[in-house]
Amino acid sequence: MTTPSTLTAEELHHTESTPPGNGRRRPGLKVERVNWPGTTILVLCAVTVLLPLYVTVSMAFKTQGQAVDGNAFSFPAPFSIDGFVQAWTLTNFPVGAAMSLLVTAGTVVATIVLAAFASYAIVRNWERRLFRYSFYYLLAAMFIPFPVVALPQIQMTGRLGLDNPLGVILLATMFQLSFSVLLFTAFLRSIPMELEESARIDGATTWQTFWKLIFPLLAPMSATVGIFAFLYAWNDFMMPSLIISDPALQTLPVRQNLFQTQFSNNYHVSFASYLMAMAPAIVAYLFTQRWVMAGVTQGAVKG
Amino acid sequence: MSTTTASTRGQARPESRRRRRVEPIFYLFLLPSLVLFTLAITVPGLVGIFFSFTDSIGIGDWEFAGLTNYIAIFSDPAILQSYLFTFGFSIVTVLVVNVIAFLLAVGLTSQIRMKTALRTIFVIPMVVSGIIIAYVFNFLFSNSLPAAGAAAGITWLETSLLANPDLAWIAIVVVTAWQAVPGALLIYIAGLVSIPGDVYEAAEIDGASKFQQLMKITAPLVAGYVVINIILGFKGFLNAYDIIVGLTNGGPGTSTRSIAMTVIAGFNGGDYAYQMANATIFFVVAVLISLLQLSLTRGRNTL
Repeated sequence: MTTPSTLTAEELHHTESTPPGNGRRRPGLKVERVNWPGTTILVLCAVTVLLPLYVTVSMAFKTQGQAVDGNAFSFPAPFSIDGFVQAWTLTNFPVGAAMSLLVTAGTVVATIVLAAFASYAIVRNWERRLFRYSFYYLLAAMFIPFPVVALPQIQMTGRLGLDNPLGVILLATMFQLSFSVLLFTAFLRSIPMELEESARIDGATTWQTFWKLIFPLLAPMSATVGIFAFLYAWNDFMMPSLIISDPALQTLPVRQNLFQTQFSNNYHVSFASYLMAMAPAIVAYLFTQRWVMAGVTQGAVKG
Repeated sequence: MSTTTASTRGQARPESRRRRRVEPIFYLFLLPSLVLFTLAITVPGLVGIFFSFTDSIGIGDWEFAGLTNYIAIFSDPAILQSYLFTFGFSIVTVLVVNVIAFLLAVGLTSQIRMKTALRTIFVIPMVVSGIIIAYVFNFLFSNSLPAAGAAAGITWLETSLLANPDLAWIAIVVVTAWQAVPGALLIYIAGLVSIPGDVYEAAEIDGASKFQQLMKITAPLVAGYVVINIILGFKGFLNAYDIIVGLTNGGPGTSTRSIAMTVIAGFNGGDYAYQMANATIFFVVAVLISLLQLSLTRGRNTL
């Protein structure tokens, strides 16, 4: 909505795969000088990015004896999985992971489906006041930070019996909705009507047209919307910690506060626990990084 | 099915589309989002504003209190401090994040080796949970950094940064920046690759140095992306919660308490109505910043 509407996901993929410097600098000259000072500086910067992650992994594999010596950067010697074994039971990892998965999957699916439904209705009926105003109404939530409405929401979810992962899914989805509707509507406006009309001439109902034609076309935007919803739902601490009242139903990030109050000297256990909570998102990112990078750029530039 | 055929015929002629009946299914597409959004965000928001004019403690009886809460807020040192801290922290972090992200983006789009691997690494912090990485940094700031300070003979580093009311904010800036750089970086990379290479070629022929090219070509052409990054970042940092909870929990004392933390603390502190007034003011501030964003980015549609 704001800036370069010309920047599409395809173009971003394209630039990803463009050979270094191509078209960037003196394309006429064949000599491609490698910027070694730049490479060195960037590698050093990358080390600072990786350092806390390295510390997490190495601490997690230490024995209790080695973990308390205070040297964060030493290699684990010997390797021990004792931290993981203890963290598994202390934080009740299987249940925590299940809750995180439930909240994340629920938020991702609900955000994509609800936002795609609403966006399709809005774009196809833009000339109707109800749909136009609904668009601005849904968009208005971009102005509202969660802390502003958090207290009444805590009370409300408590009264409605939604002080559980279900309530978090509902609220997280609603906070993702504005941004997602914005992305979907921008994309839907670029889909030519003729495409849909030909489907309708073939006798498809609106419901069928949506699922067979529109929803598949939305796939690149759904990926963007889904990535944002995933990162938010999987990593968030604030909302689940406030909304979910039963500690047994807490998500993984919230469970980690256990180590701030008790077991605070069992560093190998706490770091093993941190690692288990962080790893799924990092692994998922490593496999989907191309889409994540394109999606984030797209989302941020449009939103 | 018969209604569909009718509307299909209507859509074939563009002028008649304006007057055609809205298919009922479009209301069904829109309704879930509107209803859930109203229940989950609008109603709590209005309830919160309503109670900001009362003396409610969250449960039980309450009476109207007029503007008492609002008047009290403007002379409450704890709240003023939280605003001062949050804005100061946000401004510093925005500057730090954008300088680092811009320089990294320039490096990552130049002729360097290991470009893909480096880019992959630099984006990792974005997919890591804020609270968990804050716990990891908490350990480093409390143990490793003082140890390093002692070894190097730097007195002020020998005690934990997190325990120093004057310096704890630096730790929060570091961790927040660590996590926020990737998002800004991806936007800057998108901006940099959109600059055509022949612009640099022409400048080169005219005898412009690398530094002049950076200042006279690159900087002005990515100015729009700078605006996006500053506003997106600022809006996010104003809601700071997770990372501060993981690092200092607002301490030492209340020196690093953000606005969000102050509001949330009201839920347990018994000053529900008072903090709802605080949240309402915070909401107005958020709206003002968003309006500023719209006015700044609207003019840059041609970017």
